[in-house]
Amino acid sequence: MIILNINGKEQSLDVADDMPILWALRDFAHLTGTKFGCGMAQCGACTVHLDGQAIRSCITPISAAAGKRITTIEEMQNDKVGQVVQAAWQEIDVVQCGYCQSGQIMSATALLTTNQKPTDADIDAAMSGNICRCGTYPRIRAAIHNAASKLA
Amino acid sequence: MNAPLKNTPLNISRRTFIKAGALVVGGLVIAFSIPHAKRFLMPGSAADVAPDAAKDAAKLPTPNAFLRIGTDNTITVMLAHSEMGQSIWTTLPMLIAEELDADWSKIKVEHASAAPEYGHTAYGIQITGGSSTTWSEFDRYRQAGALTRALLISAAAEKLGVPTDSLKTENGFVISGDNKISYGDLAEAAAKLETPKSVTLKDPKDWKIIGNATKRLDGPEKINGTAIFGQDIQFEGLMTAMVARSPVFGGKLKTFDASATKKIKGVQKVVQVPTGVAVIADNYWAAKTGREALKVDWDLGENASLDSNALFAEYKKLAATTGLIAAKAGDNKTTMAKSERFVEAEYALPYLAHSPMEPLNCAVKIEKDACEIWTGTQMQGTDQAAAAKILGLKPEQVKIHTLFLGGGFGRRANPAADFVSEAVQVAKAAGVPVKTVWSREDDVKGGYYRPMFVHKAKIALDANGMPTAWEHVAVGQSIMLGTPFEAFQIKEGIDATSVEGTADSPYLKSIPNHQVSLHTVKSTVPVLWWRSVGHSHTAFVMESLIDELAHLAKKDPLEYRRALLKDHPRHLAALNLAAEKANWGKPLAKGLFRGIAVHESFGSFVAQIAEVSVDKREVKVHRIISAIDCGLAVNPDSLKAQMESSVSFGLGAALQSEITFKDGMVVQSNFNDYQVMRMGNMPKVEVYIVQSTEKMGGVGEPGLPPVAPAVTNAIFAATGKRIRTLPIGNQLA
Repeated sequence: MIILNINGKEQSLDVADDMPILWALRDFAHLTGTKFGCGMAQCGACTVHLDGQAIRSCITPISAAAGKRITTIEEMQNDKVGQVVQAAWQEIDVVQCGYCQSGQIMSATALLTTNQKPTDADIDAAMSGNICRCGTYPRIRAAIHNAASKLA
Repeated sequence: MNAPLKNTPLNISRRTFIKAGALVVGGLVIAFSIPHAKRFLMPGSAADVAPDAAKDAAKLPTPNAFLRIGTDNTITVMLAHSEMGQSIWTTLPMLIAEELDADWSKIKVEHASAAPEYGHTAYGIQITGGSSTTWSEFDRYRQAGALTRALLISAAAEKLGVPTDSLKTENGFVISGDNKISYGDLAEAAAKLETPKSVTLKDPKDWKIIGNATKRLDGPEKINGTAIFGQDIQFEGLMTAMVARSPVFGGKLKTFDASATKKIKGVQKVVQVPTGVAVIADNYWAAKTGREALKVDWDLGENASLDSNALFAEYKKLAATTGLIAAKAGDNKTTMAKSERFVEAEYALPYLAHSPMEPLNCAVKIEKDACEIWTGTQMQGTDQAAAAKILGLKPEQVKIHTLFLGGGFGRRANPAADFVSEAVQVAKAAGVPVKTVWSREDDVKGGYYRPMFVHKAKIALDANGMPTAWEHVAVGQSIMLGTPFEAFQIKEGIDATSVEGTADSPYLKSIPNHQVSLHTVKSTVPVLWWRSVGHSHTAFVMESLIDELAHLAKKDPLEYRRALLKDHPRHLAALNLAAEKANWGKPLAKGLFRGIAVHESFGSFVAQIAEVSVDKREVKVHRIISAIDCGLAVNPDSLKAQMESSVSFGLGAALQSEITFKDGMVVQSNFNDYQVMRMGNMPKVEVYIVQSTEKMGGVGEPGLPPVAPAVTNAIFAATGKRIRTLPIGNQLA
């Protein structure tokens, strides 16, 4: 049994220490907004925040989350930067199939939380770990700039 | 483990309940039949099949339902096709809302169930593919809206005691002078009326929705994490399975030892299925670790030494000989004998995996005389039939809940119904409801690839540098062989999808002597349509060859194409628009070079110009300027999104992707070695739409074929090196 802080709430889950955070979230906390894409930190679909930092939950064991705050896409509507990012995503109409977008939004929110005026190079660096097979990259870039302008 | 209340099943069952409730307590369900065509046609052939509704309607056994009006004024549109990113969740409702004069804010959308009534209007079976949804449903969904509007007007006329022609409709209301009645208030009365036998559709000049950029209706739920994909289905008692499959295609299971697997916490069962050994567990992590602990002994069979280098060598040998004739005109031999200048070249393209972001998955619950399936599929028709066959049920006893697809690109439209059949086998063998899931490694190594191809061409030029004879041989596997589509798509041994873009090339039509032939290679490597199908290799070859010809003739590549395509106005319209927007012929910034390509596929015509730099032998694609003539653009913004998407998918593959074999096994395993497009190498994409009243074509795929040759032609302009093998990889190093 491990006690976790997920989206501001304490929850105890009966999972092995080595289970990746991703599967604890999806199969035990039933928060399915965080997606499985590759299982080896190659695609970013599983991105969540651990104490505000973007991490790949598919390779991070649940034991690493003890005493820390896990924040998922389901909580972004209550996050000051997350709200602005989600609004920008809606304004630019970024999504296509949508499967990677939880991870994209989590990575973008982490970027804009620490860097409110990212350059294209900053966006490349922060977002190249998040794959989108639909190729929404130009719109993700536009939405990040859009959100940055609103946060300024 | 504790089994806490799971979230999604409640949503699903509540949705089902609401649907049934609406039918019972009132509201209007528009139910009518429009027959589907009896023959399989290639995309873009909409005009050839316009179904004769009046004649065939009586033959259909059950009516189908395309929309439902609730007494709360909501209008629920039922999609006969699957939303996989292409935005039909928005485009099809636009068609209904236009004719219905609906209040757009009241529109809700659902995937329809699997039923013959939702068959494709041109292909017959229920399928989403071939960039065909919008053109193939353009009439049916508008008619559904128009019929419903007529019923609502009749109901209002009866209620008010006024003639129908005194009424008009606007934004969800029927209006009579100063009175207005909402559609919801009329729904129950309208449901009791007889459906009109004919309706008149709006004049395009009166359209308010069609042709206007419209935001996606599935945007919000895909942004806040609540959208339910196949992978997200959970309900009490649903287990997770992973299947250990042969590492070599065609291999057979000899024996397995599950003793270590069964010791893992959460593993419940290990069962043998036709495709291998399934580990059934309480959750994904237990299933995955359980599968890793399995000891399986395989008979690898005759493909144990399959090797890509050897395969390419074999293909190239075949390409030196003439295959089955797919197109022929004039006399190549005599013309070639008299010619002095030739382009002679060999092109090679690898197997490619689709690798949609959502790995394959399928949940199955089997009960007595019934089966329920939850998955993201592009092909409900064949999946339902395959499941029914395995279980000895009638197709209508198999209920398919189509959930959002985390990408398809063709992989989720399998005539062999591979991932659905396997999941049904697993649930059957396990005796419990099971969701069979694939890992990314399973996906990359699991087959159903775009087939590898080799093309060889010899082209003679006259004194003016124009082609006079074209000899072309293609070598590759057939996608259609052994599928239900074989009868429609394979004629005299030629799979139409192997030679689309070559045998029917507009360039060849302008050349008096030409021949295209095909060697179809048989292999156990499973192949399938991959976004843009045959065009994904033929456009690269044809547009590269045209560039080679233009260079040898010392002519501008745009002017050379214009000369050959002078009788093809839609190609020209796309070419000219792209050239104008790219300032073709004007100098570029230092270090940048242009390449151009144009190709028709799925009834649409796309020209692209790539701006590329090659610095220290590293290729960077800066900008892709695209122009498309697809006829009417129903939702111009989703059209642009599909063009951007096609550029990303096609360019990622051209730059880096390949599936290769060594010692019988697939070498690549995940996104670390099956490389795809990422943010850092994505170019700017500009999309321009040709204002066109020509026949409608598709938009999901036609933006892909020209991108690879536009880029490699630009690389040639930059370096003088002709890329004839994809991926580009490190060929410039």
